[in-house]
Amino acid sequence: MPAVKVENISKSYGKTVALDGVSFEVEQGELFGIIGPDGAGKTSLFRILATLILADEGTVTVEGFDVVKDYKELRKRIGYMPGRFSLYQDLSVEENLQFFAAVFGTTIRENYHLVGDIYKFLVPFRKRKAGKLSGGMKQKLALCCALIHKPDILYLDEPTTGVDPVSRKEFWEMLKKLQRDGITIIVSTPYMDEANMCDRIALIKGGRFIGIETPENIRRSFSVPLWAVRSGQMHRLLNDVRAFSGVKNCYAFGETHHFTTGEGFDRDKLWSYLEGLGHTSLWLEPAEATIEDCYMQLAKM
Amino acid sequence: MLKFLLEKEFKQFFRHQFMPKLVVLFPLMIMVLMPWATTLDIKDIDTIVVNHDRTGLSDDLVETVGSSTYFNLKDITDSYDEALRAMEFGEADLIVEIPAGFENDYVETGAADLLVAINTVNTTKGVLGRAYLQMLTAEFAGREPSPAQSQTMLTPKLEVLVTNMYNPLLDYKHTMVPGLMVVVVMLLCGFMPAVNIVQEKELGTIEQINVTPVSKMSFILAKIIPFWIIGIFALVVCMLLAWCIYGLVPAGSIWCILLFNCLFILTMTGMGLIISNQSSTMQQATFVMLFFVIIFIMMCGLLTPVKSMPDWAQAIAAVNPTKYMVDAMRGIYLKGSNMTDLWQEAVALASMAVILNIWAIISYHKNS
Repeated sequence: MPAVKVENISKSYGKTVALDGVSFEVEQGELFGIIGPDGAGKTSLFRILATLILADEGTVTVEGFDVVKDYKELRKRIGYMPGRFSLYQDLSVEENLQFFAAVFGTTIRENYHLVGDIYKFLVPFRKRKAGKLSGGMKQKLALCCALIHKPDILYLDEPTTGVDPVSRKEFWEMLKKLQRDGITIIVSTPYMDEANMCDRIALIKGGRFIGIETPENIRRSFSVPLWAVRSGQMHRLLNDVRAFSGVKNCYAFGETHHFTTGEGFDRDKLWSYLEGLGHTSLWLEPAEATIEDCYMQLAKM
Repeated sequence: MLKFLLEKEFKQFFRHQFMPKLVVLFPLMIMVLMPWATTLDIKDIDTIVVNHDRTGLSDDLVETVGSSTYFNLKDITDSYDEALRAMEFGEADLIVEIPAGFENDYVETGAADLLVAINTVNTTKGVLGRAYLQMLTAEFAGREPSPAQSQTMLTPKLEVLVTNMYNPLLDYKHTMVPGLMVVVVMLLCGFMPAVNIVQEKELGTIEQINVTPVSKMSFILAKIIPFWIIGIFALVVCMLLAWCIYGLVPAGSIWCILLFNCLFILTMTGMGLIISNQSSTMQQATFVMLFFVIIFIMMCGLLTPVKSMPDWAQAIAAVNPTKYMVDAMRGIYLKGSNMTDLWQEAVALASMAVILNIWAIISYHKNS
């Protein structure tokens, strides 16, 4: 039995279509990533999976329970961490965790083995009010609260947005560990390096899934030629390359600019064109696509 | 389940740096300040007397006016124009002009004319000022019978004896205090839980609660129950203050007061819940509430009697729960009314409580 089985769900808010016929399955114990630009429908999807809103069409079963009919039973089995910090800011770290344990009819002690690795970071601050924690600490607390009732499946809506790189790395290590404990995890993220940590990722755009693959296969499926370019005048270079015929899409990519090309593109012509515009120490090579390139291509489509 | 939720609510409530103080300060403020601020007793009407007569009798009259607590004798002049100018500058509310020959006329014919000019920008002040002055001059005439009158003394004299029922000293504060208690309970029980629920929506914490097995019913009950307790607590504070400060104790039964407050609290929480279902931000909720609070207070008979409003306004007041509550509280407090006297008010409040709470449940289901 797959952990999550989504069949053809749609959701609109008035005329705005948030989800348009999405279907996918998530296996037991899988770390499944959902990647897509803002407004692509990620949060709506999570809210449907978390039994918070109803889909207009389609069916969703999680752990064999229907999200509409069996929502009461299901709520005991899912852990949901919304994109926005939504714990009680005026309660202390400890009180928040105690409260969420209590409403699920359990205690911190009973499930401490699950959250212990994460909670140990919070122990020095356990009397501090949740609202006064740093971003990374807030995320850790939210994760603890989502885990304290020993859910079978965990939904994390952009858990690392606004969190510093060190905390992000720690956070993903925790997720990997939870996965080893047998918890199925569905996570959305706008960070491409994080997409590589998932077993499979789904690319979502305009309420539709345009590909569900392993990160490796997604990279491999990048269909158009990709180049990397560098010069002494990086800022000007971006617009100069964009203006060249045959260049489809050019964007900054770390120390270089990446661009994709279509028909009629000629490398040597671009080289001399850029030299003619006064670019010095020019460097131009074909590049291997990363998830970010796939994402950029997707976002432009 | 409800136990943990209530525990959390009380923790948050007492941790708030402002709320626990508010529950004590709010009734205190309303009970200590408002009865004085909302009084309709008019005192110290600034008066100028224009005396053209300057005789013993006219001086007596001036002294009578001046020694009354209602009037504050500012000046005695002999120019009406000057007095009128003073009124235009707001220095006088009332001008009494005593014409030349006042004493003479009075002695000869038993009647004399006075001119009274009143500033009615504030109608209450104007109307009451006139009434007081009429009273005073009538009294004056009775005390100083003119020789012309004494000749016809044989005519029988009619005297009106006034007995004020239930508030014999016409103490305006006694009228206001029971009504102000209603305002305290209305604000604490009707609107605070609604704001509290909307706050959870706005902060997003309701999202986290919604994915737990906590049922809607227990969530809402956990929001309302603390404010029921707080509301009754505030009522007790108000009643104690009324006793300590104004010496006012209910003439009727305390149980009757409690019963009416429970009905009223149910009505107001129902209404608060409807508002909380329709609002997604505290700002929205607060504005809608403010709208209703103003209507409820202005049209409940607390400040001006509902019976003297036009018919259409009375029709609006008829669906105002606060009106029934103010009537009931005043009845119990001042007249000693019991349930037999107040069954209509009780039925009105009970039916509003039922309707509003059913409406709240329906509007809740529509929005989820």
